[in-house]
Amino acid sequence: MAPVVVIAEQLGGVLNDVSLELLGKGRQLAQGLGEPLVALLAGDQLDSLAASLRTADRVLLLEDEGLAHFTPDAYEQVLAEALKDLEPRLVLIGNTSAGMDLAAGLSGRLNWTLAAYCTDLRVEGTALVAVAQLYGGKLFAEVELGTSAAIASVIPGSFPADAVKSGEGRATVERLPVKLPPGRVRFHELIAPETSAVDIKKVPVLVSVGRGIGGAENVEIAEDLARALGGEIAASRPVVDSGWLPKARQVGKSGMTVRPKLYVALGISGAPEHLQGMKDAEFIVAVNTDSSAPIFETAHIGVVADALEFVPALTERLTAGA
Amino acid sequence: MNLLVPLKMVPDLVEELTLNEAGTGLDRDALTYKLNEFDDQALEEALELKALHGGTVIVAGLDTPDIDQVFYTAIAKGADRAVKITGQFDPLVDSWTAAAAMAPVVASLEVDLVLAGVQAPDDLYGQLPVLLAGRLGWPHVSVVSGIELDPQARIARCHQEYSGGVMAAMETALPAVLGVQAARKTPRYAPISRIRQVMKEAKLEEVAAAPAADGGRPKVRRLFKPESQGHARMLEGDVTSQIEQLVGLLAERGLLKVRV
Amino acid sequence: MSEIEKERIREKESVVVEGITLTGQWNRMFEQRVVWDYDPTNLEKVVNLAGGESLGWCYQCGKCTGVCPVDHVGSYSPRKIFSKVRSGLDLFTDPDLWLCTTCGNCLRVCPKGVDMLQIMPAVREQVVASGAAPPELQQAFENTFRYGNPLGEPARKRADWTKEAGVPVPVVSQLKRPVDVVFYVECYWSYHLRGKQAAQAMARTLHRLGIDFAILGMEEKCVCDTQRAAGEKGLFELFTEQNIATLGKYQFTTLMTPDPHAFNAFKNEYPKYGATLPVVHYTQLLAPLVATLPFVRELPYRVTFHDPCYLGRQNGEYESPRQLLKAIPGLQVIEMLRCRENGYCCGGGGGGMWLGSFAAGHESERLSERRVKEAVSTGADVLAVCCPFEVSLFEDAVKTTGNSGKLIVRDIVELLDEACTPKTEVSIA
Repeated sequence: MAPVVVIAEQLGGVLNDVSLELLGKGRQLAQGLGEPLVALLAGDQLDSLAASLRTADRVLLLEDEGLAHFTPDAYEQVLAEALKDLEPRLVLIGNTSAGMDLAAGLSGRLNWTLAAYCTDLRVEGTALVAVAQLYGGKLFAEVELGTSAAIASVIPGSFPADAVKSGEGRATVERLPVKLPPGRVRFHELIAPETSAVDIKKVPVLVSVGRGIGGAENVEIAEDLARALGGEIAASRPVVDSGWLPKARQVGKSGMTVRPKLYVALGISGAPEHLQGMKDAEFIVAVNTDSSAPIFETAHIGVVADALEFVPALTERLTAGA
Repeated sequence: MNLLVPLKMVPDLVEELTLNEAGTGLDRDALTYKLNEFDDQALEEALELKALHGGTVIVAGLDTPDIDQVFYTAIAKGADRAVKITGQFDPLVDSWTAAAAMAPVVASLEVDLVLAGVQAPDDLYGQLPVLLAGRLGWPHVSVVSGIELDPQARIARCHQEYSGGVMAAMETALPAVLGVQAARKTPRYAPISRIRQVMKEAKLEEVAAAPAADGGRPKVRRLFKPESQGHARMLEGDVTSQIEQLVGLLAERGLLKVRV
Repeated sequence: MSEIEKERIREKESVVVEGITLTGQWNRMFEQRVVWDYDPTNLEKVVNLAGGESLGWCYQCGKCTGVCPVDHVGSYSPRKIFSKVRSGLDLFTDPDLWLCTTCGNCLRVCPKGVDMLQIMPAVREQVVASGAAPPELQQAFENTFRYGNPLGEPARKRADWTKEAGVPVPVVSQLKRPVDVVFYVECYWSYHLRGKQAAQAMARTLHRLGIDFAILGMEEKCVCDTQRAAGEKGLFELFTEQNIATLGKYQFTTLMTPDPHAFNAFKNEYPKYGATLPVVHYTQLLAPLVATLPFVRELPYRVTFHDPCYLGRQNGEYESPRQLLKAIPGLQVIEMLRCRENGYCCGGGGGGMWLGSFAAGHESERLSERRVKEAVSTGADVLAVCCPFEVSLFEDAVKTTGNSGKLIVRDIVELLDEACTPKTEVSIA
């Protein structure tokens, strides 16, 4: 027996969506390999979360007060022990911040091969093949995971989570023994983002600016457009890092995931980390001087133009007609 | 405090990525290389920490094309030493091989903290900071910003960044490896006159890599470019015409608050 | 002079200079101005820099303010800078440092020789070295250093424009023989869409004239004169060394460039580094030959010509561009009020090309927009230029001033090319 193991992720008692995505895909792979599907979750007070994982064949919990909050060291240690006993064929982890710490960490500790940034996996006979994303999505690699234990870290959003509804399974929930290592990395506290008057997740129209607008002094142009459209301004990570807009406005992997009716992307190239945060917007309009910018693959409407020229003219057109 | 920053060259995406004939890798000849952007962040953070706490900043990297220029620029920015690890390396050396080559070198220098860029664009086998920490047997925290050092207590504090703007404040005993997502400031500019001066005066140290071991990496069957899964409808014409088209489309979808 | 010893300052009642008696009022014009009331620290910081001395000579006559292009869109001139610095402004940290385009109109009229073309680069060099220059500008420096051009385009594609020239464009390294003219294309003509069109027109024109020419191709690198004026002297010197070595490999009679900034560096700066090159601006090469161009049609345009600062005012060439325009059949040439020595800067020099967003935050409108309005007011329908910076700046300004359809911008060589092309073949709109 060489199961497919999904390492589920939770933060503050809430299961990360990627865990459900991986369970769905994991089931498909397990069936293809003729192996069972195991869900593995570390943390504390995991009963209710465990219930969501019961579509697997087994739910294994590493439950301990000392694991109440994720730290790379402790989690890596206890998961490594559990995985050694399980002798899996494949371990699936979400390519989240914690997942990145764990996947490479486990790969190193156990000396198991790792394919990171996977967007797809399939069984070919007895072989396991993964498709991984490179260079921000400009290139993909098809890799063979071999016949011994392998780890795949999967980009969130690669597989549908809807396929797996929580609580429908009948798997038994088992608690594994936990042996905590000495605490080299300690958790202090969770820091919530500064609350802002505006919750960009709730706004129907977002005008979002990227590095391409050139500087803080040009943000105003985008704000004028946002006002004309009855919306709010948002930003990609580099803009927030440069201090042109506050973190509360950030869209993307380490910011907010938004689903507005209209998302206008100005001077945003479309790096995967950003797309993750807005790809499900209903109507996406992108303005960029680079006709080969990846954003145009995701946007519905594209304009190859300099935002600094296009946007004021657009704003004027919208306000003149009012 | 001795800080070490691994530096890695990655393809400059200003050039088109072309595949070799077999489709198993990139055409190396068609590439130009530049420093991994997250390594630049890690270097900036190291220089800021050095300004606060004193000590030295060592930059280290494998012998791949154009790395010398990157070393000189790092020294011009304020790094104290540059160590080039020599050996037969593919210009696009992978993170697993890099970690294997770097670990013994890091262990031989008296390093308190390794600040590495959180990821590189070709990290198929996982990210360098974590792989390196694994080989060194050191604790690691990746995807961090907000780094602080307490040299007396021999700890580093940091914020691990999650989605939605949530962060976890953590601390780690030293020595450790941190995967830097963002420095506290944008990477500084190195004036060309200083780089030129460094190129004349500075010496790059060299150390030979231990012979590489095998394993740890899945086999790459092929590389391919994505098929466009649908592309935006591009608006043609001059700016005025594009604006009219866009306004029409927005009005059609009821996205405009007022009649235009 | 931090402590002013009042007893030592003596203003003479009168003095005899070269046999002429000057009363006290006159000799004040020739003596060092005495500053009593202000802390001279910030002024001293500037005048103590090599190149910054002349700021201290200003005696506030105001002639420069009348001709400074930035004063029309803000409050600026050497006089104003002197006054502000004397009253405590720190030029090293103030945005005013970056607004000067080094157009040179002030120097032209200054009775004391206050030279912003020396002062600004000297101060800027210090600020750039400390890493505090505007990010947009630093990006242009980094691009130049990495890619050999400020646009950040790959070096490998520098000669791609030749593919659509319609005529063969030889690369000198492949010719393996001496050549008459090396055509130094420069960055904007190599990579910018409108620049490439002008470069292609130039290639066709050189063919029509039977000129034996070649380009450097991928080995060509930015001459960096503008980066020098913007404070990156190290970059300028590095590339000067490299360019001298590259050009030194080949034998040629004439070095021709369309870029007045490169022309200025080749002519006035390169000799300081040991290379005296036989350089001309393209208008100087073509003007004596224009009568032999095979014009096939008339261009019924009213054209006004914008004198580039670095060709005209700074290097004394006003006639060659005009000779070319007047030779084109059908063209009616109208002069703007501010022409020749008093030409109004497009805003691209001195780093302005890469400070667009920055300057927009400090100026009521862009210099290029001012100039376009002036061009339109002459009744012209074509604004002719011969500097690669100008086409993109002026075409943007035509749009932003609402003059689309009223004024088009053309490089002179594009007009020459058009007049030599039968009507059905013209490709640019």
